[in-house]
Amino acid sequence: MASSSSGSLPRYIAVRLLLVIPLIWVLLSVVFLLLRVAPGDPVSAAGGDRLDADTLAQRREAAGLDRSLFAQYLSYLGDVAKFDFGSTFRTQTPVLEIVRDFGGATLTLTLGAFLIALLIGLPLGRLAGRFRDTPLDVGIRLYGVVSYAAPLFWVGILLVVLVNKLDPTWPTNGIADPFILATSDTYTKTHIFLLDTLIAGDTDAFTDVLKHHLLPCLTLGILLSGVIVRLVRINVIQALKGDYVEAARARGIPEGRVVRKHAFRNALVPVITVIGLQVALTMSGAVLTESTFGWPGIGTQLLKYIGERDYIAVQGIVTFFAVIVVLTSVVVDVVNAVVDPRVRY
Amino acid sequence: MKLWRTIWNTKGVGRWALLIGLALTLVFVVFAIFAPVIAPYDFAQTRVDGVKFPKVAHPGGDYLFGTSGDFYDVFSRVVWGSRTALEVIILSVIFAGVIGVPLGLLSGFIGGKVDKLLVFFMDALYSFPSLLLAIVFAFLLRDKVGGGVVSAALSLTAIYIPQYFRVVRNTTVSAREATYVEAARAIGAGPFTIMRKYLFANVVQSVPVIATLNAADALGTLAALGFLGLGIQPTEAAEWGYDIQVGLSYAQGGVWWPSLFPAMAIILLITALTFVGEGLNETVNPALRRRRMKTVTFPDRTVVAGGTDVTADVAAEGKNS
Repeated sequence: MASSSSGSLPRYIAVRLLLVIPLIWVLLSVVFLLLRVAPGDPVSAAGGDRLDADTLAQRREAAGLDRSLFAQYLSYLGDVAKFDFGSTFRTQTPVLEIVRDFGGATLTLTLGAFLIALLIGLPLGRLAGRFRDTPLDVGIRLYGVVSYAAPLFWVGILLVVLVNKLDPTWPTNGIADPFILATSDTYTKTHIFLLDTLIAGDTDAFTDVLKHHLLPCLTLGILLSGVIVRLVRINVIQALKGDYVEAARARGIPEGRVVRKHAFRNALVPVITVIGLQVALTMSGAVLTESTFGWPGIGTQLLKYIGERDYIAVQGIVTFFAVIVVLTSVVVDVVNAVVDPRVRY
Repeated sequence: MKLWRTIWNTKGVGRWALLIGLALTLVFVVFAIFAPVIAPYDFAQTRVDGVKFPKVAHPGGDYLFGTSGDFYDVFSRVVWGSRTALEVIILSVIFAGVIGVPLGLLSGFIGGKVDKLLVFFMDALYSFPSLLLAIVFAFLLRDKVGGGVVSAALSLTAIYIPQYFRVVRNTTVSAREATYVEAARAIGAGPFTIMRKYLFANVVQSVPVIATLNAADALGTLAALGFLGLGIQPTEAAEWGYDIQVGLSYAQGGVWWPSLFPAMAIILLITALTFVGEGLNETVNPALRRRRMKTVTFPDRTVVAGGTDVTADVAAEGKNS
């Protein structure tokens, strides 16, 4: 929808940033509706029967649950605006502290998975698109479907069993050796374990943490690569139909170069957008990966608090996820607008 | 059958994907319908004639796929699991469609502020990680409804509503301005008549492709919920994701069968459904479709008499009707 009136990049970015506020508001309202209005009283649900009436009332007051739902809603929105996502019910740990302590592991897991997914997905997708309908294409497409169809947790354990056969000393659980983990406080600077050990200059610990990353990142990366293969393939096919590709061929440029320099580069533009949309899939996958590998990330924390039926903690963590999703989608849109002038409106 | 002709005349892998996908899906449908006949035991049966099944017995012999760590017969669990899977898939797709399609139709037809608001809301919901949404719903529903098939289907419904909404709304917006709608309005048809009689049939055509792709996705999400212990409870029905989770704890010790067979079932059914969806898309979507053509054999040029060269025209015309 290219309107002639505008088209300036700063304006587009400004509009996109302004849209963040209503988008987050909608998601927060949904979260509030689901987790605060629907279940009734979250305090008694969270094992309230083990506490006496006085403590219960106290906790209720602390969480602001004695007020009307509308007042609670307003204070919830206000708190999130101040980056306060509430505290867990039982231990009174602020959700932001959980995010700080466990977010780093989720971050390095997802970034590593993305890297692996791109390394597998881009070349395979390009090959399949170039050799459309050949056995190579069929094989790669089959990989694309099956890698997405295979239950992630099952692929994970399959890899664990395989690695155990090849190298029994290779770590298959957690983010670091227990001995290194026990001294993790001495490293803490960024709360990102991989980075902290590097900053501390502890090569042994760093390689250990890096080794622990391989299997979880590979597992999640394989899931994501399937989507990328399908995307790149379809876009290469569409790009190869373009007039500029015909023109390049007419000029006598070899087919390999046409695909590489002319079709593939243009095919990447829509891929950037859709890769941005994969953030949601990545988060879903991260929850499963973390639970499969005993990974100390936010996903395992979410499941832990769901197990404890701690509605307030669950609400806080889900809110955090919502904010991340919205913010990444903005970043992707802005990057996309910078790369492709046709996107701006 | 017009659709069948379209499928048959399509070039490339799309047609085969569709046919293979349909055949595979059919196998699981047969499993689901005739589960009591095909499965040798009940899904929660751990003993026969008062004798307990052996724990983790090897596949073959009395137990085709072996037995699991819970003393279940793995083959029976896989067969009964296909019934659960199809029930949940069909229910969630229907729930989502029943809400999403009319909402999209209405929103696209009315337009204006209501439409803008709904689109915004649905986009926000769509951007949310689907598994997280399902986890939250499963968590809530388990307290209220319990861990059965219906509550599992309901947990998945919310994920897929925005997709139906989006597609139906977009097609409605473009169809609303069509001449036949204008004509209907001119002869005095009310908005609901237009929506029901004129728009619905045109708009609903894009639904089968999304529905099959959503079905594939729903199966994966259901298994993930089962794996996390938030899905269908083992006493309610046999569910593949849960079986894999239990089976995996034995996998490290070399007992591969309790987790392999349900995993294979999931992979096969998701792949089959994806094949159907993508195949449909590639054969029905004119932008992607490539027609199959009969091979053109050129007549030998030297034989052509009379000097008029018609071969080029014949070849160009080909046979593509």
